[in-house]
Amino acid sequence: MTNKASLEKPTDGLPSVSRRKFLAFAGASSGLVLAGAACRKNNDAGGVDLGSGDTGILNYAYALEQLEAAFYIQVLNSPYSGITAMETAMLRDIRDHEIAHREFFKNALGSNAIPGLEVDFSAVNFSSRDSVLSTAKTFEDLGVSAYNGAGRLLTNPAFLTLAGKIVSVEARHAAYIRDIISNGSFANNEVVDAMGLDVIRTPAQVMAAADPFIKTSINISNLPTS
Amino acid sequence: MNFENILSEIEKVDPEVYERLDTRRSTLKRFKDIAGKLSLAAIPMALGSMFNKAYSQTATGAQVVDILNYALTLEYLEAEFYKRAVTSFATIGVPAGAAQMAITTIRDHEVAHVNFLRTAISGAGGTPVTFTAANFDFTAGNGSMAGPFANVFTNYNTFLAVAQTFEDTGVRAYKGRAAELVRTGDVLSAALRIHSVEARHAAHIRLMRKANNFGDVKPWITGNQTGIGAAVQASYNGEENTVQAGVQITGINGLGITAEAASESFDEGLTPAQVLAIVDPFII
Repeated sequence: MTNKASLEKPTDGLPSVSRRKFLAFAGASSGLVLAGAACRKNNDAGGVDLGSGDTGILNYAYALEQLEAAFYIQVLNSPYSGITAMETAMLRDIRDHEIAHREFFKNALGSNAIPGLEVDFSAVNFSSRDSVLSTAKTFEDLGVSAYNGAGRLLTNPAFLTLAGKIVSVEARHAAYIRDIISNGSFANNEVVDAMGLDVIRTPAQVMAAADPFIKTSINISNLPTS
Repeated sequence: MNFENILSEIEKVDPEVYERLDTRRSTLKRFKDIAGKLSLAAIPMALGSMFNKAYSQTATGAQVVDILNYALTLEYLEAEFYKRAVTSFATIGVPAGAAQMAITTIRDHEVAHVNFLRTAISGAGGTPVTFTAANFDFTAGNGSMAGPFANVFTNYNTFLAVAQTFEDTGVRAYKGRAAELVRTGDVLSAALRIHSVEARHAAHIRLMRKANNFGDVKPWITGNQTGIGAAVQASYNGEENTVQAGVQITGINGLGITAEAASESFDEGLTPAQVLAIVDPFII
């Protein structure tokens, strides 16, 4: 059984036993990450620096997983009116998947990990099914497009495989959320083009879309762009 | 040998060649330095090793074509399967409305993937493989048309079971080869974009099976459970993995993540050998 309370505890201070194994296995790139204390929102030069190279891309994924996990924790804490047993079960699954992703990146990045981000869900009405699910749809489609866009920026094949293992789960989430909003919209032309290709976005496009939901200023200027 | 012409030719298919080889000028200088020290006969070998080094983590053109043809084979399997389904809705028993529309949407995507990959392979200078409906036995009977899924086009339950297996296997097949496409730019991006569409399909087919009480499955894969039976177990073996890059996901950081959730939260890849064993009974 999932222990809800323990899922919500802050994610700090874990000795990363497995990190060294991970870094050795992956041949980790360096990349200094500045845990910026002064967070000047909307200022590329300040804020939390995701870092450069593969480390930067992993921190980028970590940032998005933090956002998603925080959102679903809130959804399960204050379920929308009219939520069904099936929806509760599936949304709890999704919450746990996002927490698993978040914690995986946190442990894998170790001392290179960015700090916990402060989120802003003031635009979401958590008592409204429409508001919650449309936000979930935004996040899941955004996550899929982010991983699809980040793949080409990674240089380490092992990281690429890991990103691939996560993106298909995000796509499964996206399909489910879309279907419970409108059955049959799992892969409609909002997200899949005429060539049968899913949405793809650059980190700059993704972070612009995520910006309203993240209070912490994030600096993506050191991420690879090609 | 005109080295500048060779680089120009490579640049046409790989615009990033100079990034891999530093810059054009330093590449030429390095080549001249090497060439000056080598006999004429040794130059092609030196050139080859220089490029091999630059491409050490990147598939060659031939490898890219090989991987895309592998993907194309699987897309043909799916496309022909759904094309047949769309003309057999009545005999399968696919309800009119949402169900028929979903299968039609998926058919359209698989056909689009076939066309896209054929174009990509031709564009890369390769020859795309070609399959027709006559090349497949969707009963998994290896051409007998009487395999374990003999009623695939007359029984809605069996049809969706085969569909689920194809979709989940497709997701795993792309994932299993993504790493080989590292630093291939647009090729990798396209493969990833097809991969996530297959995952969307898989999730929807699984919801259809659940809604019809055909199998107790969720949109994601729990452990190595098929929700179908032993006949398709090979498509799910390995999905029970809960350790990612040496990090145990079950109970990670004391946050109550169960083994089920840990397995669901990461999809696993399949090797080409595993995939070929799975699809072999379907290909005549």
